[in-house]
Amino acid sequence: MGSSFEWVVFTVSAIGAVLAGVMVILRRNPIHSAMFLVLNFFFVAVIYLLLRNQFIAIVQVMVYAGAIMMLIVFTIMLISVEESRRSSPLKLTPVRVFGIVLSFLFLIELCGGLFLEMLPGRRGEFTPEKVASIGHVKTVGGLLMSRFIFPFELVSLVLLIGIIGAVILVKKER
Amino acid sequence: MIPAAFFLVLGAVIFVIGVIGVLVRREAIVIFMCIEMMLSAVGITLVAASCYLHSFDGVLFLFFAMTVAAAEAAVGLAIFVLLYRTRKTVRADEINLLRW
Repeated sequence: MGSSFEWVVFTVSAIGAVLAGVMVILRRNPIHSAMFLVLNFFFVAVIYLLLRNQFIAIVQVMVYAGAIMMLIVFTIMLISVEESRRSSPLKLTPVRVFGIVLSFLFLIELCGGLFLEMLPGRRGEFTPEKVASIGHVKTVGGLLMSRFIFPFELVSLVLLIGIIGAVILVKKER
Repeated sequence: MIPAAFFLVLGAVIFVIGVIGVLVRREAIVIFMCIEMMLSAVGITLVAASCYLHSFDGVLFLFFAMTVAAAEAAVGLAIFVLLYRTRKTVRADEINLLRW
């Protein structure tokens, strides 16, 4: 059981993340959805801090809330200015209700599987004391440069291909 | 520490909100944002598991997933811009080019 401060932070950020996620679906203007998604990402970053993962929390804010959301907001501004005006209010057709019911069944299944067997994996070597003595970011960097060097290099190739693909796709043909 | 179940249930709830968004909304960009939300919800699960199992594999997996998500965002949004330029719409039920 954590300290009461941890519980307060967890409760606030969990409720905030869930509410922001619901608002992403409910708001009809895509720009509002994008702003609530940024809020959701910030709350998730706080959750990462509670899990003592400073590196992932900062990367979450920089990559998701910064880079990806900036791309999304720019795209919304480029293409759907008059698009949002004619978007009809959210109607609950039978198909959608069926989808929502199925999603809730999925949630129940996930939680059921969770409580059937709790984290059955083997314990690793990185105890909190060891990580605290090395430093969290330093541990991540060391692993990236030693055990995970091959995927680390591959991922740079993936990013390069992503850049080239985006440029080629939106290029105007002459 | 707070018990791991709370973090895992939170990840599941945010993931299911994303699923509902994908099923209910019609604008392709909002569907895309819901997919990003599902990705970050899976991230909570990965980080929680690797935190409570004293391992770093989940954290590094999430790091690689984030870079792939960034590349995916660039290419996906370029496809939306292209779709809007050629078909003047990005609503998912009006893009039926591949339907027969």
